[in-house]
Amino acid sequence: MSIDRSQVDHAADLARLELSDDERERLRGELGQILQAFEALNTLDTKHIPPTAQVIPLGNVERDDRVADSLPLDAVLHNAPRVEDGQIRVPPVLDES
Amino acid sequence: MPDQLHRLTLHAASDGLRSGQFSSVELTQSLLDRIQAVDGRIGAYLTVTPDIALEQASAADQRLAAGDNCPLLGLPIALKDVLTTAGVETTCASRILQGFIPPYDATAVTRLKRAGAVTLGKTNMDEFAMGSSNEHSAYKPVRNPWDLDKVPGGSSGGSAAAVAADECLAALGSDTGGSVRQPAALCGCVGLKPTYGRISRFGLIAFASSLDQIGVLTKDVTDAALLLGALAGHDPRDSTSAEEPVPDYAGELNRDIGGLRIGVAPEYFGEGLDPQVGDSVRAAINDLRDLGATEREVSLPHTEYALPTYYVIAPSEASANLARYNGVKYGLSDPQATDVDEMMARIRGRGFGSEVKRRIMIGTFALSSGYYDAYYVRAQKVRTLIKSDFETAFRDVDVIAAPVVPAPAFDLGAKLDDPVAMYQSDIMTLPASLAGLPCLSIPCGFVDGLPVGLQLIAPPFAESRLLQTARAYERDRGPLPTPTKAIDSQ
Repeated sequence: MSIDRSQVDHAADLARLELSDDERERLRGELGQILQAFEALNTLDTKHIPPTAQVIPLGNVERDDRVADSLPLDAVLHNAPRVEDGQIRVPPVLDES
Repeated sequence: MPDQLHRLTLHAASDGLRSGQFSSVELTQSLLDRIQAVDGRIGAYLTVTPDIALEQASAADQRLAAGDNCPLLGLPIALKDVLTTAGVETTCASRILQGFIPPYDATAVTRLKRAGAVTLGKTNMDEFAMGSSNEHSAYKPVRNPWDLDKVPGGSSGGSAAAVAADECLAALGSDTGGSVRQPAALCGCVGLKPTYGRISRFGLIAFASSLDQIGVLTKDVTDAALLLGALAGHDPRDSTSAEEPVPDYAGELNRDIGGLRIGVAPEYFGEGLDPQVGDSVRAAINDLRDLGATEREVSLPHTEYALPTYYVIAPSEASANLARYNGVKYGLSDPQATDVDEMMARIRGRGFGSEVKRRIMIGTFALSSGYYDAYYVRAQKVRTLIKSDFETAFRDVDVIAAPVVPAPAFDLGAKLDDPVAMYQSDIMTLPASLAGLPCLSIPCGFVDGLPVGLQLIAPPFAESRLLQTARAYERDRGPLPTPTKAIDSQ
C-alpha cells in the first residue's frame, strides 16, 4: 500500500506531532511498508468473528464512593513546568476573539 | 565472607543472609561494586541509587537480626525504568520524561519493598518499551553481556543484561509483545510474563493497555517463583488486576511433571527459524519427555497473523496512551509557548524518538476515520482467532513448548533501519501476548556462543504449572555457563 504526503500530514496533525520534512518523507515510505504487511489480515474471513478488545472476562468495576487520602498537591504539581495558585498554567486554550 | 556475592541467586543469597554468612549491606555493596566495574561497558542502568539501596540494606540487616522472615528481605533487585519510583527519576528511556520525579511508587515496587527487597536503581530499555533491541533508548544502547557487539533484546534489555552480568540478583521488566521473554532468551536468563492481570499495573507507564503486563527476569526458576509470589494479587488501584487467589508458587515448585501433556505446534518450527535454535529447543522438549511428560502435536493455525495483528493493536493503544506527554503536567516543557497546540506538537516532536514517533503515526492512522474498521477492528477480530487457537489447543495439552526467538542475538545496528525486520524478531512471543497467557523463557543452550531460550506457554493463571515444568527441565539440564568470562575479556 502506498501512502501519500497528505495522509502523513493528516496523521501527524491528529497526533499533535511536529515532524521535519525528512521525517515525514521517511515515515511515508515506512508507513507504506508497514501497512503492506498488515494486508495479510485481509486474507481471513472475519465477518462473523467478534472483536477482542481485552482478554479477561471483565465488566464494569465499581468501588464505594468513599473519600480516601490522595497525594499531596505539592507532590503532584512538583513536575509541572508552570504552576500558579495550586493549578497548572498553560497558554490560552480558548480563542478570545 | 564468601566473595563474588553478586553472582548469587535470590534464594542462595537469602539463605546466606539468614545463616549470617554475610549481611545485606555487604551483599548490596558487592552489587554496587559490580555495577561500577562493568556497567560502563554494558549500559544496563539509567539510574543507580546507591544511597537508597544501602539504607534499605541496613534496615534489612536490623530486621534479619530480629528474626523477620519477609521473603525478599535484604535482596537487591533492579527495576525497569517503566515503573514509577517515588522520588527517583523515571524516564521510560525517553527525552520527553527527562527529569520526571514520580510522586508515588508503582504497586509492584511497593510490594517488593514490603517484602523487604533492596532497590538498586532503574534499568535501561527501549523508549516507552517499544523495541526489540534496546537500541531505541534515548540515552544509550544496552550491550549483550555475552558479546558486546550484539543487542541484548528488548524492550527489557537493561533488566536482562543486568541479571546476566550479575549487576543485580533479579530485575523487574514489562512485557507487551515479548519484552521480557525475548531479552531473557538473548541474554540467557529466565524471563516470566504472567497472565494478563496477574500483577497490578498501577504505576507501570502504559504502552498498550490491553497487552501490558509486568514480568520478572531472574537467574533461575526458583527466583522467578519467589518474585511472582511477592508481586501477584489484586490491587484496588488497578481495576484490571485479577481477583484470582495467589498460589504458593515457590512451595509448589518441585512437583513431578510425570504425565504432563506438552503441546508442540509446527507453526513455531517453520520457515525463518534458525535450524540450530530449532535443534536446541527440540532437545529441551525431548528432555521434558525423558522426565515423564508426553508430547502431542497441536495446531495454532493463526500464528502467522499475530505480527500484523499486534502491530495494529499495540501502536493504536500507544497512540492514545502517549497523548498525555504534551509538556503540560510533567517532563519536557516550553514555558515561553503562547499557543497550546503548537506547544504540544513541538514538545512531542522534540521529546519522542524515531520508533515512538513511528508507532504513534501507525496507531493514529489505524484509528483515523475511514481506516478504523479496516485496520483496528479487523485486527481485534483476528485477535479472537488467535486466542481461540490456544483455547482449542489447551483442551488437549497442559503446556505448549516453542522457541522464544527465531535466532540468537543480532549485531547492534543490524535492523535499525528496517522496522519490519526488527518487528519480526517478536514473531514467536506475540501470540501468547495477544491471548493474555502466562509464558516464560528459560535458557536451553547456545548457538555460536550465544544463549537461546525455550518458551513455555500455559492457560490463564496456570503460572504454577509453567514454573514446575521449567523447574523440572532446569534441574535436569543442570547449571549453564555464565557470561562472566565474556564480560571480563571484552
